[in-house]
Amino acid sequence: MSTTPQRITVTLNSKPVGTEQGRSVGAVLMGEGIKAWRTTRNEGKPRGLFCGIGACYDCLVTIDGQPNQRACMVEVCDSMNIEGDFDA
Amino acid sequence: MSAHEEFAFDVAVIGAGPAGLSAAVAAAERGAKVVVCDTGTQPGGQFWRHRPESVFPEPDGHGHHGWKTYLDLRARFDAAISRGLLRYLPNTQVWMTEREDAGRFVLRLTPATGTAIEAATVRAAKLVSCTGGYDRQLPLPGWELPGVMAAGGIQAFIKANGTLPGKRFVVAGTGPFLLPVAANIAEAGGKVVAVCESASLANWLPHLGAASGVPGKALEGAEYAGIFAKHRIRYRTRTVVTEVLGESSAKSVRIAKVDADGAVIAGTEQLLEDVDVVGFGWGFTPQVELAVALGATTRIDADGSLVCVVDGQQASNVPGLYLAGEVTGVGGAVLAVAEGLVAGAAAANGEAPSAGTARQIQRHRRFAGAMHRAHPVPEKWDDLLADDTLVCRCEEVSHGEVVHARVELGATDARTMKSFTRTGMGWCQGKVCGFAVSCLSTKGADDAGTEQASLAAFAKRPVAAPLTLGEISTLDSRQPQDS
Ligand SMILES: Cc1cc2nc3c(=O)[nH]c(=O)nc-3n(C[C@H](O)[C@H](O)[C@H](O)COP(=O)(O)OP(=O)(O)OC[C@H]3O[C@@H](n4cnc5c(N)ncnc54)[C@H](O)[C@@H]3O)c2cc1C
Ligand code: FES
Repeated sequence: MSTTPQRITVTLNSKPVGTEQGRSVGAVLMGEGIKAWRTTRNEGKPRGLFCGIGACYDCLVTIDGQPNQRACMVEVCDSMNIEGDFDA
Repeated sequence: MSAHEEFAFDVAVIGAGPAGLSAAVAAAERGAKVVVCDTGTQPGGQFWRHRPESVFPEPDGHGHHGWKTYLDLRARFDAAISRGLLRYLPNTQVWMTEREDAGRFVLRLTPATGTAIEAATVRAAKLVSCTGGYDRQLPLPGWELPGVMAAGGIQAFIKANGTLPGKRFVVAGTGPFLLPVAANIAEAGGKVVAVCESASLANWLPHLGAASGVPGKALEGAEYAGIFAKHRIRYRTRTVVTEVLGESSAKSVRIAKVDADGAVIAGTEQLLEDVDVVGFGWGFTPQVELAVALGATTRIDADGSLVCVVDGQQASNVPGLYLAGEVTGVGGAVLAVAEGLVAGAAAANGEAPSAGTARQIQRHRRFAGAMHRAHPVPEKWDDLLADDTLVCRCEEVSHGEVVHARVELGATDARTMKSFTRTGMGWCQGKVCGFAVSCLSTKGADDAGTEQASLAAFAKRPVAAPLTLGEISTLDSRQPQDS
């Protein structure tokens, strides 16, 4: 692939992070070493990616203020705000 | 033109994977006016998932099989779009299908991500449902830890992002699909510490006849053997992961040898340390719920999955409803393409497949049957579960609670289990735990029909995706209530 993807900046819990276009929110989080970004309702356990294809809803995260978005399905774009239960 | 008319078609296709792409192309090339709804943002489905074309306009097919087939189908798909014969609705999830009085299909749509959508409803005279499937999972201690993923989820991650979800991987479960996952991890620069296959490869011996009918698979096998040798990947057969260990994420796994029933052989346990991603795959679960909701007849396939019954033209028992790909039985992408072409042609003008195509489908079905029999879910898989092992990840229901409900409360089918324990009532609606809960609920039942009924109950969902309140309010009183 000859194209070079554009560099963009997103914020992870308000912290600016540089990444490239063409990745999922989940991939950007994982790339920053963040493996979990949601806490379960009953037992307070950490969750991140599981099925990877939008079936399990384990990877829910808040994107630009919209809660319960699937991190494995949404592609990052410049200035996107990603918020969840994680330390950026 | 009213919005109703604009979104009325001869043939609607759900899914743009190998089966859906083929069905759409076949129907459009026969002159039908076709709409394709797919949750993906670009065509390809699971098998031909690739990096976003908005950023990488010319994917090179690296790490893909059958890429030439994809390029051919894609060119025909794009040609049909530009000739105005095909309307493609990406990022669109069908959350419900119904039949109107006139026999027309109504598809209700919601955006897969975000909020924008081209249409909330489409109508079509014929429907070809090609919804594919997802990795089948079995619970085990530690499987809820971050870092544990579906094997196909790892594959999808690599194909979509061009990066890896970790550094040191163990891939475990059963079936030939573990091979391409491990191969892609290694080729992308990850370390595959081990591939654990629960079956013995000697299981293939009785099925060599069926396997030799599909020589392409042997070539693929040789390719993986080469990649495994190059990267020194250990392929361990008759081996399972018994536990994933770690505090806040996966750190190590315990593995052990198993006997033919899947019972752990004492003294063979081993700890694999420094593992940050564990990928599990126990075959695939076809997504049959839309077809089931329309009344399609189902059966239990050789792999224990609930699948839909079709005839030689991929027609279901519901008039006008055709099915292709994994929904008619898990059998791989080549079969999905062949079935899609047949379904699309039949839906467009009732055309029957050529004798050659029918034979090809037969051969691949036989191969799939052999594969399923050679790679069964181990009989004693639930021996590994502790009382506190989660079975339902969404509602956090433990194995102990499930056993209690079965033994003490008489919850001996998945539906009763659901109402007693909330298994399958969370976000994923039982997609992840459905197979396991069904096995655990019907454990000890000697009637094969019980299993089918139990799995079918899980596939009966009023809606195929979580919805917003606004979408729910569009339902009128004719809609089925939660079951
Ligand atoms: C995550 C994953 C990765 C895989 N990777 C490989 C691999 O690397 N190699 C291999 O040999 N096999 C792989 N498989 C198996 C392979 O996907 C199948 O053999 C093949 O893709 C089947 O084709 P299909 O068209 O039936 O389904 P799919 O390719 O699954 O396509 C189905 C399509 O329908 C869409 N869809 C489903 N429900 C709806 C709905 N309600 N509304 C709108 N759209 C919907 C899906 O998003 C998808 O795009 C993988 C399977 C999975 C689940
Ligand atoms: S990882 Fe399963 S929905 Fe995102």
